[in-house]
Order: sequence, then C-alpha cells, then structure tokens
Amino acid sequence: MNTFISIVRRDLQLAMRQGMDSVMVVAFFILAVMLFPFGVGPEANILARIAAGVIWVAALLSSMLSLERLFQIDYEDGSLELLALQPCALEITVMAKITAHWLTTGLPLLIATPLLAVFMSLPSDGFWALLFTLAIGTPSLSLIGAIGAALILGSRRGGVLLSLLVLPLYIPVLIFGVSAVDGAISGLPIKAHLLIMAGLLVAALPLCPWAGAGAIKQALET
Amino acid sequence: MEQLISYFQMGGHGSFIWTSYGMVFVVLAVLWLQSRRFVRNSQTELDGLAVDRPHCQTSKKNET
Amino acid sequence: MYLYKFGKMIFHKYANPTRFLKLASTIQPWAAAATIGFLLAGLYFALLSSPGDYQQGETVRIMYIHVPAAWMAMFCYTAMAAAAAVGLIWKHPVAELAARATAPIGACFTFLALFTGSLWGKPMWGTWWVWDARLTSVLILFFLYLGYMALSNAFDDPARGSKASSILALVGFVNVPIIKFSVDWWNTLHQPASVIKMDGPAIHASMLIPLILMAFAFKAFYIWVMLMRIRGEINEGKIRALRLRQVHGGPPSRTTILEKTTEGAR
Repeated sequence: MNTFISIVRRDLQLAMRQGMDSVMVVAFFILAVMLFPFGVGPEANILARIAAGVIWVAALLSSMLSLERLFQIDYEDGSLELLALQPCALEITVMAKITAHWLTTGLPLLIATPLLAVFMSLPSDGFWALLFTLAIGTPSLSLIGAIGAALILGSRRGGVLLSLLVLPLYIPVLIFGVSAVDGAISGLPIKAHLLIMAGLLVAALPLCPWAGAGAIKQALET
Repeated sequence: MEQLISYFQMGGHGSFIWTSYGMVFVVLAVLWLQSRRFVRNSQTELDGLAVDRPHCQTSKKNET
Repeated sequence: MYLYKFGKMIFHKYANPTRFLKLASTIQPWAAAATIGFLLAGLYFALLSSPGDYQQGETVRIMYIHVPAAWMAMFCYTAMAAAAAVGLIWKHPVAELAARATAPIGACFTFLALFTGSLWGKPMWGTWWVWDARLTSVLILFFLYLGYMALSNAFDDPARGSKASSILALVGFVNVPIIKFSVDWWNTLHQPASVIKMDGPAIHASMLIPLILMAFAFKAFYIWVMLMRIRGEINEGKIRALRLRQVHGGPPSRTTILEKTTEGAR
C-alpha cells in the first residue's frame, strides 16, 4: 500500500513539474467539442441532441492523448525496470500509475465537463447523468488504455498503434455512457446502465493491471 | 442462350451476387498467393543460408 | 497446476518445429484437396442446383458465402486467442506462430463477411450499411484483427511482437462478448422495432447443403493456408537464428541452431 501511494505521489509530482500535461488534455477536450458547433451549425436543438455523444467521444479521445507516455518515459529512462524490481507485485505499480493517469487526465476532464455541457446546451436532466457516467467511465478508460500503453512499449510508431489497439476496446464504455445520458434526458430509468458501467469498472479493476503487468514483464524481458 | 443470360441476371440481382462471389474468390486467391510467396521466399532464403554452411542441414528440401 | 502439467504433456509433442513440419506436410495436401473438393461441390449447389428463396429471391445465394465467412471470422478469432493462450502459458513456440498465421486469414474472412453482407443488404434492406448490432460487432472484430496484426509487426524483435500481440488477442477475446452484448443493447435502444433479421425462416435442406459445404470448404482453406503460413514463420525464425550466428561468428553446431530456432520462433 505504501509503495502504491509513493508511486502515485511520484507520478503526480512528475506531472506537476512538467506541468501543462493536464492543461493540454483539458484544452484538447474543450477544443474538440468546440469544433462541433462549427461543423454542424449552432442550432441549439441539434447541439442538445448530440451533446452527450460529442462530450463522451471527446473525453475518450483526450484521455487517450497522454496514454502513450504512461509507461513510455519510465521505460526509456530505465526507471520502469527499477519499479519492476521492487518487492511488491508489478500489478500494484501498474495500478498506481493508472491511478495517477486518471488523476491527471480523467479528473480534469470531469471538472471541465460542466462548461462543455453549457456550450453544447445539454438538457439539464442529462447533466448529472453525464457527470456521473464520466466519473465511473473515465477510470475504466484509463484502466483499459493502460494495457495498450504497456503493449506498445518499445514498438515503432507507438502513438497511432495505440489508438488502433485501444479504441475498439473503448466502445462498450462509450455505448453505455452515452445511452445512460440519453436515457436520463428522455426520462427513462438509467440504473441498469450505471450498474453495467460500474460492473465494467469492477471487472477492469483487477484484470487490466494484471494484463498490463504481464505486458510490461515481457517488454522488460527482451 | 436466353436461359444462360437469365441465369447470369439472377432475377435482376446478378451484379450483387456475382460481385460477392468474385470478391470471395479474389480475396481468398490473393491470400493464398501471398502465403505461398511468403513460404517460397523464406524457403529459398533459408536454403541459400544453409548452402553457405553445408554442415547445418536444418532446412527440408522442397516441401510445399 | 495439474491443468498446466496436463497441457504441457499434450502440447509438448509438437513444440518442436521440425516435428510439427513433418505433421504439417502430411496434412497440407489433404487440406488442399478438401478445399477444392468442397468448394466445387459447394459452388455447384449454391449457384446451380438450389432454388431461389421465395422471399429473398436469387439474392439468397449470397448467404452461402456470407454466413460461412461470418462463421470463420468468429472461429478464427477463437482459434487465434486459444493459440495465443497456449503460447503464453506453456511457452509453446508453434502455438504462437499459429496465432500469428491465423490473424490475416481471420481478417480476410471478416472482410468478406462484411463485404458480402453489404452486397446482400443493398437489395434486401435497400441500404449498403446499417448500424445493426451484428454488423457493428463484426466491424469491431475486424479492427481487433487489424490491431493484432499491426502490433505483431510493430517490433524490431519479432519475439516481442508475437508476445505482445498474444496478450492483445486474449484481452480482445475477453472483450468480444462484452462488445457483442453492449452493441446489442445499444441497437435495441435506438431502433426498438428492428425489421432486420439476418436469419430467415426455418432453413430448408436445399439451402442447408450448400451452406454446410461452403463452411467446410472455408475451414479446409483455413487449415491449408494456416499450415503454409506457419511453415513460413518457422523458416523466418530459422533464418533469423542463422543470421544471428553469422553475425556472432563461429561455426554453428546443429544443436545450437535448433535451440536458436525454437527461441527465434517464439
């Protein structure tokens, strides 16, 4: 547990020192959403109709932005090997890095969401649903993405490859997230959607660090 | 002749049906050809390497 | 643990590429003959001897290639994930190569299922593409294949590539039912009254025969081409091992080459 906290703290400190990372992610998030009024026209009812989907897709893409560097930097300067040599299981280290990733991307996205909901004139019924689905959805995104980030260590053209690997796996989270918000807007019960999203998160919580640690082990072996 | 033409027309949907079958044929043929070329190229390369060092007969001759 | 040992016992026999190649070269001609035989018979029944469907007319003939291709798309992914698992758990070199060899074949069948489905959809539903649950999940499956192939070729060291992509194949396999399930639900939410039903009314024997024959033809084709590709992969492994020897110098003995072969083949 101590290792876990110290790794999270270390990653957060690194993110702070390099600064900008979270700011860039949020800026990308806002810009990506901002393109849609230009693309489809500024009519409020059209924007309201697509708001949930657009915000979700933009959140998904921006949480993928910093994924490439999740393990890459530590892999290149060799500190990943030191982390792997620690007495605790590598899964804990991976989990800690995922947590730090979520704190530096998922959380800022969540904070920026109300602003975008206003921009996209999201109906107020859907607002809390959007916030809540993002709150339980973005950790799942970080978890699933970590597998991809671990798999591409040491590969050529990592960034493009990462999106090819990770985006298909993101689809279930996106589907349930958006349909929960749509359901809330049209006054349907959304408990089932939220339960499934929570289920995805609970399933990803042990599986993704495990698979990610496996991928890192084989990356360090050779 | 009439019969043949009407057979190929397939009740007006001939183009869909024949394109489907054609595509299946083309894709599978290309996959097969590519696989065969892959095997042949690797085999010749391997044989060439084995000839350089005749005492290591790891390759098998002409198995296709 | 017992399961592990049991598996090791079973798979051990063909872990040696040379022994595997011997087996493969006996199977290969049979697979080739079966492919051609089933294909010709299937084509005869599919295009000549079967009647058009009373509802779908002649377009039903597309089904005889579309449905087997879709079956193969699913089958190849399962086979690939199973081979990847065997390769990862039992460190079985040939299994890893089998997973690598399966991916392009599976991708081709998935593409064919999508393409023929689209051509079938146009006269039947009046559109090339609908975001129907099944179509969408097959499309995602296609991208999973592409991701697998891209990852397995993205490393300078092929051993890394096949290990990383094996992990991806397993992760994707866990995710396939989830995708299927989520897409099903997504579809029902958006279009509650789905008019589209892929499987028509109870299937008649005259349609079943060409369907089964084509399915056998595709499966035999898969075995045939997969064995070819595994042979190619094994050759590549040997070439790499020989090159490595040449670079490091010194006359290689037979045993070291075989060792290197199994190592490089991973």
